[in-house]
Amino acid sequence: MKPKVAFYWCASCGGCEESSVDLGEALLDVAEAIDIVLWPVALDFKKHHIEAMADGEIVAAFINGAVRSSEQEEWVHLLRKKSQVVIAFGSCAQLGGIPGLANFFNRAGVLEAAYRESPSTVNPNGVFPQTVHKDNGFTLTLPVLHDTVRTLDQVIDVDYYIPGCPPTPQLLADAVQALLSGKLPPKGAVLAPDHALCKDCPRRDTKPEKPMISEFKRPHEVVIDQTQCLLNQGLLCLGPATRSGCGALCIEGNMPCTGCFGPTSRVRDYGAKALSAIASMADSNDDAEIAAILSKIPDPAGTFYRYSLPASALQRKKL
Amino acid sequence: MRESNGAVRVGVYVCHCGSNIGAIVDCKAVAEYAAGLLHVAVARDYKYMCSDPGQELIQKDIEEHKLNRIVVASCSPHLHENTFRVATAKAGLNPYYLTMVNIREHDSWVHTDRAAATEKAKDLVRGAVRRVVLQRPLEKGRVPIDPKVLVVGGGIAGIHAALTLANAGKKVYLVEREPTIGGHMAMFDKTFPTLDCAACILTPKMSTVKNHPNITLWTYSEVESVSGYVGNYDVKVRRRTRYINEDLCSGCQECIAACVFKEPKFPDEFNQRLGKRKPIYLPFPQAVPQTPVIDPETCIEFKTGKCKKTCLEACADRHAIDFKLTDTVEEIRVGTIIVCTGFQAYDARRSPQFGYGIYPNVYTSLEIERLVNAAGPTAGEVVLRDGKTVPRSIGIIHCVGSRDENANRWCSRVCCMYSLKLAHLLKEHTDAEIFNFYIDMRTPGKSFEEFYQRLLNEGVHFIRGKVAEVTDWAADPSEEGKLVLRVEDTLLGVVRRIPVDMVVLSVGLEPHADAQDVRRMFNMTCSNEGFFLERHPKLAPVNTFTDGVFLAGCCQGPKDIPDTVAQAGAAAAEAMALIDAGYVEQEPNVAYVIEEDCSGCKTCIPMCPYSAITFREQDKKAEVNAVLCKGCGTCVAACPSGSIQQRLFEDDELFEELEGVLIHA
Repeated sequence: MKPKVAFYWCASCGGCEESSVDLGEALLDVAEAIDIVLWPVALDFKKHHIEAMADGEIVAAFINGAVRSSEQEEWVHLLRKKSQVVIAFGSCAQLGGIPGLANFFNRAGVLEAAYRESPSTVNPNGVFPQTVHKDNGFTLTLPVLHDTVRTLDQVIDVDYYIPGCPPTPQLLADAVQALLSGKLPPKGAVLAPDHALCKDCPRRDTKPEKPMISEFKRPHEVVIDQTQCLLNQGLLCLGPATRSGCGALCIEGNMPCTGCFGPTSRVRDYGAKALSAIASMADSNDDAEIAAILSKIPDPAGTFYRYSLPASALQRKKL
Repeated sequence: MRESNGAVRVGVYVCHCGSNIGAIVDCKAVAEYAAGLLHVAVARDYKYMCSDPGQELIQKDIEEHKLNRIVVASCSPHLHENTFRVATAKAGLNPYYLTMVNIREHDSWVHTDRAAATEKAKDLVRGAVRRVVLQRPLEKGRVPIDPKVLVVGGGIAGIHAALTLANAGKKVYLVEREPTIGGHMAMFDKTFPTLDCAACILTPKMSTVKNHPNITLWTYSEVESVSGYVGNYDVKVRRRTRYINEDLCSGCQECIAACVFKEPKFPDEFNQRLGKRKPIYLPFPQAVPQTPVIDPETCIEFKTGKCKKTCLEACADRHAIDFKLTDTVEEIRVGTIIVCTGFQAYDARRSPQFGYGIYPNVYTSLEIERLVNAAGPTAGEVVLRDGKTVPRSIGIIHCVGSRDENANRWCSRVCCMYSLKLAHLLKEHTDAEIFNFYIDMRTPGKSFEEFYQRLLNEGVHFIRGKVAEVTDWAADPSEEGKLVLRVEDTLLGVVRRIPVDMVVLSVGLEPHADAQDVRRMFNMTCSNEGFFLERHPKLAPVNTFTDGVFLAGCCQGPKDIPDTVAQAGAAAAEAMALIDAGYVEQEPNVAYVIEEDCSGCKTCIPMCPYSAITFREQDKKAEVNAVLCKGCGTCVAACPSGSIQQRLFEDDELFEELEGVLIHA
């Protein structure tokens, strides 16, 4: 009997699903080797199908997305119960990801922005999502949105992590291969290299010992030299702080690393580490000048904690 | 060494420090609380843990209770960490199985609420107990000390330090920026309060330096770079050329006499530009070395190439003069360095209310030193700038550039006394009526107050008040042609106008303009005012924060000659202590790179204040030189991939301690 594997998504954009599909023809080999029992984005399985399974019947559940609603919480608990191995797949499940930035607000603030404040919203009647709706004697319920976005391991026990926004198809293929062969690392491991991106960066040799940044620039503001270290060009590249394993895709595309692979295993708070590394590069010894240089970094909290706010030491903004 | 095989057994010792801790922290309660913590086998409180019985208590418990971790809650580890490490080691336990909790400076001394302070002590002890469990045994490293010493600066501090070391048989390189050693002291006429002639007591020492077999003297030279670490400093010294070969020159000075300039024409720096010198000159008659210098800025040969070069003829067969000579760079290895770079006098132009540079007859104190000196520009005759008028009245303004919010805030320490000395000398030379204007009279040295009394008896006037301005505007005919000092006499409570012929500004002492460059070169720190900072103001006054680099003299702060000499002797003794030990022990709490994890991002490299990190090109990894590392932890915090750790401050130890402190039991 082929091993049963589940794919599930929580608060995510669907990019992780895309990445799975990006396996291309290799997906067919994967599908050949395993029995997919759940994949909402592609296949029509229902919750009761899973509930009907024996505990531990699923060999592995790949769960992407952060957990931010009662429905997601219910699902991940169910999958934990039915699965031998749970893999947090992608930045959102591992670190909170982009949805995790909602932790700078609470539910009310998020809904206010989405349903009233955003410039593209047309909502003259002020309709807001409700958890219970009665109409014609029927009652409709919707999941409750939490105030705080959580990583998967803040809700259930997680066995492995695959980083990335999204993870590369190769990492998924490698993980499935490891599962099938039983050659899994110790529990809790991140299934990617444990060094920073600089080591694999094609531009590493162009990074000076002291890149001194007198002005932080955003990619659209400059013509980027395709051969030179991006930090040395004043672009906020988070490669020094970010786990490798992506193949330096963004750098190859001439864009700075935004840190989606998160920290190495030795770092507890990605944003703090990245921030202290970048802040040390301001080209001045004068406090006021340094402050002026650093003030050019747009949205520092959102930049350094772009993918990892829920997994950070502070987890969320205190409101 | 006993290692922690099997169970971890922690001993906790809470010190009362007499009443220093005991008055605010309930030490007994803290010990009782600690006894209940996981892994704690023994917990005690004791009046003075640092006393012999206190230390013996730990040793006895290590034996009896098979302890393998020790926590001492007492004062700052700066004070007694070594004490307790030694005590721990004596009982056969690795000394790095000890951790200290500072419940004095961090607790009892800063709190008044006994209950809360006691709770805080418990929190801190809980953190330490959790931390100490994870601590690893460490060993100290040893670094050999090269016995040669570099002394930077050839003023009285450098001279004394160099001679002390050389007399003890140590090889010394003495490097001086100016063409002669002697520094400021060589410019002084007499020294206070004994009034002995500065040159008479200094120049013999200068000659001894020159002739000492253990001293290599390089004047007109500057340290260009310093690398390495305690015991092993590699130093480059640039020896500026004098265009006269020091080894060939006999010091006969025939060349100076023979110069095409028959009369001295250019301002003489040594005489504060009051006198003149030739393009080829000796700064002063007893200069050491007795080798003249050619100033290419004024020498006709350098300016036009068309000089008759009579100096060359005078030098004849010696061939010491060579216009083609260039700077040379000497590379030396020394084990220790003594920095004695001195001070610069406050530029009186920065306080224009006193009229220096505006009225010719306003002088600085250093100018007066030269003016009253028999070897000075006037051969010791005190005359005004017209060269003939002897002043009949003189005002001496104290604290020029010192104790002044608009200039330097500090007291320069020596000005009161040298002002008294100058008052005495000027009176002696001119019999003029002399007024001293002072804020406070500071005479706290041996025989200083007596000297002040002597001046009072000599009829010198003392007016307590800050001079508001020096002006040549005459309020009545009696002030015509005079300099008028406007001052509030705070003892009389009136504003006075004192007309005088000559004004002397007692300028303060300040750090050299390039002190920051020197600081960086020798890896020192500066205090707020810019003087080099000693490691501890009381207990390590000549040490710096860089091992093997010591301080002496006014580069550390204003001081008089006796204090400078004492400090120079102390610095020499500190250097000798290292040299004679032969090696220095290195604390093992250094940072190290986890090589397989390092991504080669280089973030750490510029962060290191001690230049201890280098980038290895062959495998693209950062590397920490354990001898240079001071264990400050900057690189550990900066490493963006967490690939640098520090022994004794490993992440797991720190987080465990943090959690222990923050999680209330």
